[in-house]
Amino acid sequence: MAPARRPRLAVWKFASCDGCQLSLLDCEDDILALAEVVEIASFPEASSAMSKGPYDISLVEGSVTTPHDAMRIKKVRRQSRHLVTIGACATAGGIQALRNFADVDDFIAAVYATSRYIKTLATSTPISAHVPVDYELHGCPIDKTQLIEVISAFLAGRKPAIPNQSVCIECKQRGTVCVMVARGTPCLGPVTHAGCGAICPSFRRGCYGCFGPMARPNTTALAREWRLLGASETDIQRVYRTFNAATEPFKTESEAHGD
Amino acid sequence: MATRTIRVDMIARVEGEGALDLHIREGKVTRAELRIFEPPRLFEALLRGRDFREAPDITARICGICPVAYQMSAVHAMEQAMGVEVGGPIRDLRRLLYCGEWIESHALHIVMLHAPDFLGFPDAIAMARQHGDAVRGGLLLKKAGNGLMRLLGGREIHPINVKVGGFYRVPDRAEFASVEEELKRARHFAVQLLRWVAGFTFPAFERDYEFVALRHASAYPFNEGRIVSNRGIDIAAADYAIVFEERHVAHSTALQAVIKGRGSYLVGPLARYNLNFDRLPPDIQALAREAGLGPVCRNPFQSIVVRAVEVIYACDEALRLIAAYEPPAAPAIAVEPRAAIGHACTEAPRGILYHRYEITADGSIREARIVPPTSQNQKSIEEDLRVVATRDIALPDEELRDRCEQAIRNYDPCISCSAHFLKLGVHRR
Ligand code: SF4
Repeated sequence: MAPARRPRLAVWKFASCDGCQLSLLDCEDDILALAEVVEIASFPEASSAMSKGPYDISLVEGSVTTPHDAMRIKKVRRQSRHLVTIGACATAGGIQALRNFADVDDFIAAVYATSRYIKTLATSTPISAHVPVDYELHGCPIDKTQLIEVISAFLAGRKPAIPNQSVCIECKQRGTVCVMVARGTPCLGPVTHAGCGAICPSFRRGCYGCFGPMARPNTTALAREWRLLGASETDIQRVYRTFNAATEPFKTESEAHGD
Repeated sequence: MATRTIRVDMIARVEGEGALDLHIREGKVTRAELRIFEPPRLFEALLRGRDFREAPDITARICGICPVAYQMSAVHAMEQAMGVEVGGPIRDLRRLLYCGEWIESHALHIVMLHAPDFLGFPDAIAMARQHGDAVRGGLLLKKAGNGLMRLLGGREIHPINVKVGGFYRVPDRAEFASVEEELKRARHFAVQLLRWVAGFTFPAFERDYEFVALRHASAYPFNEGRIVSNRGIDIAAADYAIVFEERHVAHSTALQAVIKGRGSYLVGPLARYNLNFDRLPPDIQALAREAGLGPVCRNPFQSIVVRAVEVIYACDEALRLIAAYEPPAAPAIAVEPRAAIGHACTEAPRGILYHRYEITADGSIREARIVPPTSQNQKSIEEDLRVVATRDIALPDEELRDRCEQAIRNYDPCISCSAHFLKLGVHRR
């Protein structure tokens, strides 16, 4: 019998901070072992050996913000059996999607003296707005144990065991007292997708929603509670407009507040 | 003479994606450009109208490899604007968090990104088959840095615990126990790593750079100090714009910073080390000497050795801070907004990172300006490339290309802070 071919993995970057792909290198205990079971076929941040597709799994970081990238993602899709988006940029447009709420020319003028050399789109969009996506991993940044779980699941041909509940459940699991109830600290945990392990409340800070909306979040009810705790309309708009601002529930809720 | 063109799709083993354009005509290098095509994420624009307290979390997202640097420059600038000074244990904890980032970032660069160039491997995974101990030691070191960031910051990428005025929560002494043990082990690996990299072969290459770094009254710089250079610059961060300016060039979406009337300069480990050698403890100076470094190093290819020295320093400094730690009375001091302008410069692993904010009376950001280290080094990188390519012009294309890529990696460029998809081409005519 011929030896089994190792599945081929590729990592791609679009508009992003590199943090999500760094999560893979941050798996200090697992990275060498992972490289035994998969062939890391293309991962420019880590290796100058970039081999051609097709790939079994493509991990895609970053959002689409340029005409060139809108074309490039289609090419990535064609070469990939499974395409997994990693992080809020790729899954939701990221912090750079704040331009979607403004005039992008004003934005460019704020940074550069001339827009002559700058080619950019008016919006920052998630990968799923351009090509079909097989799995979306949330977080800004993603959680590295979830990343390993997703890679293992795809290798084994099973569904990733990633819970779909809110951050509140994770607080209960780790025994953190609710910061809203105990300290009156406004928290986005009730509407935010689990996955980080409820880090902020364990540091006595309210969740700021970097994992994006959970399934069917009641953002309006939570906004009402925030008002009771003293948050202003602007505060509420701002907190729904960060790293996942372009997702439907957060976008709609943010539009109901502020000026 | 026929035109020869070599192309690789992107420069590997740097953070972000970049390319180099090298034009050679009749045996002369006519152009050497590091092309930076980051799809602009327009941070300075999206910060407008945000609350001043949001800057550390938002600017962290500029770079997943040095988020602490962004958080630190942001909080210091905001505190300066609001007329608040943070000292005592909170200051020490910030320095400690920065130690974690330096260890993590430098270990990543030394072992995973740069060492493969010196030993002829495409990556650290291939290198591990022959240099397993070094790679595993480097990974352990990186893990110790990350452990420190997790304890103080909540997580290693985009820590959640930093705020204007201090922290959300501070650890008590007992919480440091396991991190302390890990750092002691890491220190041992750091010394081995230094000895390992000191044994590499370095191309003979020196240039007369203007080095720019922070300099503090007593400490090797992280968060504080004046901006100084070996050619007489000595200013507060607030005067940055008087001495330096940013230029927008056609081949780059990163603005290039230069010294007004003088041109390029170099920031990062080499500059820090050269301007602050006397601030390193004697035993670390001795280790540096043993590794073949003098008090001044002008060979950018040896920056990998300097990084290894800084890792040992960061381990020792972290252990010292932990040993002396007493928790502050409160995790943060209160900071009230006022209409003001604030500036700060801190030492990111790759060099000085400048932030400037203009804040309105209600605490909203009116204007933001951020100058990352890689924009400041871009011109130096291009000048190095021109010299390297001229000197090694006789090499076959492939080797010349490798040498040029290595020269770019000397700077550990963080192209995500400023950069994106480029092509590396050598055009010969
Ligand atoms: S989701 Fe956040 S951590 Fe991930 S690449 Fe985007 S900005 Fe970076």
